[in-house]
Amino acid sequence: MSFVLILLTLLLAVPVMAAEGVITIAVVTQERDPVQPVSPLDREIRDEGVAGARLGIADNVTTGRFTKQRFVLVERTVPKGGSPADAVRVLGAEGIRFVVTDLDASALVAAASDAHAREMLLINARAPDDELRNEACRANVLHTMPSRAMLADALAQYLMTKRWRRWFLVTGSQPGDRLLSAAYRQAAKRFGAEIMAEREWTFRPGHARTDTGHVTLQSEIPALSQVADYDVLVVADEANEFGDYLPGRTARPRPVAGTHGLVTAAWSPVSEQWGATQLQARFEKFAGRRMGAVDYAAWAAVRAIGEAAIHSRSSEPSAIMGYLRSADFMLSGFKGQGQSFRPWDGQMRQPILIAGPRLLVSVSPQAGYLHRGSELDTLGTDREESRCRF
Amino acid sequence: MQVLILVIFGFVFTLQAAWAETVYVSNEQDNTVSVIDGSRLQLVDTIPVGRRPRGIGLSADRQKLYVAVGDDNRIDVVDLKTRKIEGFLPSGEDPELFVLHPDGRRLFVANENDNLVSVLDIPERRIVTEVEVGVEPEGMGVSPDGRYVVNTSETTSMLHVIDAQTLELVDNVLVGTRPRMAQVSADSRQIWVSSELRGTVEVFDTETREPLAKIGFEVPGVPHELIQAVGIQLTSDGSRTYVALGPANRVAEVDAKTFEVLRTYLVGQRVWHIALSPDGRRLYTANGNSSDVSVIDLENREVVKTIGVGRSPWGLVVAP
Repeated sequence: MSFVLILLTLLLAVPVMAAEGVITIAVVTQERDPVQPVSPLDREIRDEGVAGARLGIADNVTTGRFTKQRFVLVERTVPKGGSPADAVRVLGAEGIRFVVTDLDASALVAAASDAHAREMLLINARAPDDELRNEACRANVLHTMPSRAMLADALAQYLMTKRWRRWFLVTGSQPGDRLLSAAYRQAAKRFGAEIMAEREWTFRPGHARTDTGHVTLQSEIPALSQVADYDVLVVADEANEFGDYLPGRTARPRPVAGTHGLVTAAWSPVSEQWGATQLQARFEKFAGRRMGAVDYAAWAAVRAIGEAAIHSRSSEPSAIMGYLRSADFMLSGFKGQGQSFRPWDGQMRQPILIAGPRLLVSVSPQAGYLHRGSELDTLGTDREESRCRF
Repeated sequence: MQVLILVIFGFVFTLQAAWAETVYVSNEQDNTVSVIDGSRLQLVDTIPVGRRPRGIGLSADRQKLYVAVGDDNRIDVVDLKTRKIEGFLPSGEDPELFVLHPDGRRLFVANENDNLVSVLDIPERRIVTEVEVGVEPEGMGVSPDGRYVVNTSETTSMLHVIDAQTLELVDNVLVGTRPRMAQVSADSRQIWVSSELRGTVEVFDTETREPLAKIGFEVPGVPHELIQAVGIQLTSDGSRTYVALGPANRVAEVDAKTFEVLRTYLVGQRVWHIALSPDGRRLYTANGNSSDVSVIDLENREVVKTIGVGRSPWGLVVAP
């Protein structure tokens, strides 16, 4: 590890922008309020996303040694209240053409819509918004983070495979939670599940860590979950405000799935199949913790650019961008199948993991969900449904 | 009656004479090696080894079995007479696949976590040198003439060609995504490489590294993504190559001269590595997800038996 870190430092120390044979990738992070984890077993994470990008560049550097290509990562953090669009514009002025964004949807749209960003490629490693893949899609944006529709479809396929078709939907108070709930409703319709009841979580977050917190929850959650019978509680709580409180406390003895319980995500710290053991081990050496979904999306974005540069045998940004969108492009993402970008909306097609708190439970698409092209396209917005017009 | 017994005896004797081989299978999740009697096609023993056994191979005198146990960072040495571990070899971190050089003395080991190929001197029990390769080295092959050792790196997607004398990299060739196995033909003139995620096998000229062929596979009713190429076995007469197609649950038979896919055999689930019998008449397959070994009779072109082994069989080797 120290060798790679030294190498990275060396690479970062020299001026690298737009030099020949050098592929510079920036990662732009928006400063966020630190989130106090709900469980005492979880630690606060300060390098989410960027840690994945760092591992991605290290993987690219190793391969680049053999192809005589140099890969450099430039890290930028936009302070709260700062403008990510300005940060991307400055990177463009420095000659950087590839930017991995750890930004929310509105900041990403603003940055991608800037006239200076037209010749750049932004890869979205954070925002799951379906709007970004539809009405607000941009020709200069790709997405390695799966959309909410993909996550919801992946869950629906698994629950239908289990014949848990009657859902109780619990939605948090954040705007993202409502969007995810909408995706769950759509997935239920698409795959034949029925939503028996819906509730909104309106209690204040974070109170379980107080001395008597569990007492409050033990009365609140049964009250909330006194609904007609259902097979599975599907929860939408993207900010981790309450989802961890649900398992074991509901009125009926039913499993919890969604953002908590059985978690659907592009990556999970518990994944070890399809060679994931190696990726997890490399990440852990680098970051001192297990890899999460945003880390994975940033890793996949940096690796995708690396793969395209190496296999197109070019360090020319336009050639790399062309190869990324071509049918030849394939990323080995440690999920058992090659991953590529959908031409109609720039979304990376990929398997979605269904993970328990300690072990992997399943992976979607589930067997039997067929597609005339790639079965991965049974998850999320398919070509005919897409409202994206580049 | 006596005649019948004689006939049966004679039959069994002939069978044993022809099929006297023993098959050793590494079970990745069970930390064991299953022993199959090739004459009866039955599981006869299970040998406990270190953790996460994958790569498996025979010593030059065929008296010992080497088993790479990745989680214990070593190669276990099993005495085949007693079927007990008699010691281990230092392998560097996380050994996966390895290949024995024709000199019988050096073992070339892929260290998956360290981006290295370690060169292990067996009698001296030490690593003499390390060759830096791409990310996640995996497949290991050696040319029968002893000149070249070949390796694949899964994440870098390259074939690395190492000069077995100078132990330096001669060439690095981009191949299909997530290359798994590399094998050199019996005449040392071709290198065959499988790509798991592309589901292809590429053939290169050993001397020039010019591509000679790229072979794709089709299985009716199986989605393209599930047709992946993993284990490769080339026949010693250079006529055929067998390719394990992973989650497609098939083994493909390829004409090694025309590179044409002749047929596929339906075997167990997630077929990983494969091995030919010494007489080239049978192919054994390690089926990771169904935890069994399929036996293909190559003359009659049919799967004749499925033998249950340990959990997640990964690699196998056949001893005469």
